[in-house]
Amino acid sequence: MTVCRRHWRPGMAEARQQTTRGAASAQTPWRDQLRSWFSHHRRSAHDSALRLRNAPLSSLMTGLVMGIALALPTALFLIMASIQQIGGGWEQAGRLSVYLTPDTGIERAEALADRWIENAAVGDVTVIPRDEAMETMRSSEGLSGTLDFLDGNPLPHTLVLTPDPAYREAAALEDLAERLRQADGVDEVKLDLAWLQRLNAMAKVLGRATQALALLLVVGVVLVIANTVRLAIESRRREIIVARLVGGTDSFVRRPFLYTGLWYGALGGLLAWWLVEVAFWWLSGPVGRLAELYNSGFELQRPGIDEVVLLLGCAVVLGWLGAWWAVHRHLRAVEPE
Amino acid sequence: MIEFRQVTKRYEQQFTALRGVSFALGRGEMAFLTGHSGAGKSTLLKLIMLMERATAGQVLVGGQALEKTPRRRIPYIRRHIGVVFQDHQLLFDRTVFDNVAMPLQVTGVPPNEIGRRVRAALDKVGLLKKEQLNPISLSGGEQQRVGIARAVVNKPPLLLADEPTGNLDPALSSEIMDLFREFSRVGVCVMVATHDIGLIETMAQRTLELSQGELVHDGLPAALETGHG
Repeated sequence: MTVCRRHWRPGMAEARQQTTRGAASAQTPWRDQLRSWFSHHRRSAHDSALRLRNAPLSSLMTGLVMGIALALPTALFLIMASIQQIGGGWEQAGRLSVYLTPDTGIERAEALADRWIENAAVGDVTVIPRDEAMETMRSSEGLSGTLDFLDGNPLPHTLVLTPDPAYREAAALEDLAERLRQADGVDEVKLDLAWLQRLNAMAKVLGRATQALALLLVVGVVLVIANTVRLAIESRRREIIVARLVGGTDSFVRRPFLYTGLWYGALGGLLAWWLVEVAFWWLSGPVGRLAELYNSGFELQRPGIDEVVLLLGCAVVLGWLGAWWAVHRHLRAVEPE
Repeated sequence: MIEFRQVTKRYEQQFTALRGVSFALGRGEMAFLTGHSGAGKSTLLKLIMLMERATAGQVLVGGQALEKTPRRRIPYIRRHIGVVFQDHQLLFDRTVFDNVAMPLQVTGVPPNEIGRRVRAALDKVGLLKKEQLNPISLSGGEQQRVGIARAVVNKPPLLLADEPTGNLDPALSSEIMDLFREFSRVGVCVMVATHDIGLIETMAQRTLELSQGELVHDGLPAALETGHG
């Protein structure tokens, strides 16, 4: 109000002094102004929350729409993170299987192992003699019967190389595999990178799709909140008009609606979190069994504290944005006539 | 306090609501604004409130020319003007106290101060005991008095009233007029728009009469003037 005073000519100031103590507002010191600004924020926040509570069903509906829309991308992002973690795990274990030609003897296999262990790129070499490979096969379910039909052991001796940690990138491994292929007695070098690359490529596609979906749903969330706040503005038309008539500024009139959006955001975020937790709990059993069948340590990662904070923060910001948009578009139209 | 200089207001449909209206009203002065419905009373009040802008001429309130006021400054002008409406414009989703407190909340008066001032205003209009009621449970006259309390709660130098006694019986009307006169005695500039000729004559105050957008009379009520002449 001190600002206003500058614009207010002396005539008015005198009149004010005559009217006992005059327009009180103009004399409010800044400290009180600040305190009342905070007080209005608190009141707006409180009133908006009360309004939501007083209409629990419709608030819950809006919150759920927002919650579902946010839970979907959140869950997908978490699943992505889990998948990337298996990718990472296997990449570390990325091994080279070197199959020797059938006529190569075990001595040659041992000699190659001794030579290769000297290579800087190789961390460890294990020789799997053909008999041992046969035993392993025989012990796996389903195959034992079939193997009995074979005469003799068709398997070659095999060397399994674990690369040195410094040479674990795909290119370095390809390079190493190429060099191993040159060695005498080597039939085939199998580098299990292809499937890993496929998995990574698929994860990338899924990641993009998730991002696109997230973007669409985020727009949807903003629109839902904007529409809800627009309805709130309509239903509080009289109040807005009176506030304007008694000198309420745009930001004064706006404030309660922005808080409404903010609360919807918080509610939607909490519901989204809850939905993700429930869905992951529901899925954890089957996913665990599936992972077990694949001999994998894969498990769905539940949202951690960082993810929850991020989710709630995003939800609140989105709610606020939706409200801001509605207020920006519709509040100006509500003027006293 | 209020000055009109050759003010004309034309609406889009070629309808001229005010034509070359000029007058000035000083502080502590009280005046009636009268005329048939459609004569331009409401338009004139709306120009002062900045709910409308003049097509031509100048409106000055508190020495400030309103035509240059940007939209964002309008609230600060309105804070110096108390307005009493014929239809009260009270909110029925809150108590009498909260209705009267609105102008103070808007201007950022500290909460503890609000209580004191709202009660002072309600005391002035004799409704101190009804502060916690919902205005919907009050009579028409009481509702109008709540409207007056709200208009004066931040002690504006200018008070406008649009048909404040429209739906009230003569006894209540004169009670409300006495309130307005009291405000003008302490320096508030009061302007009351009404077509209640009887009331105007008993009050014997300056009267501005509009007819088809033109100011046709400015002075004591016409009946009194001829009586004196």
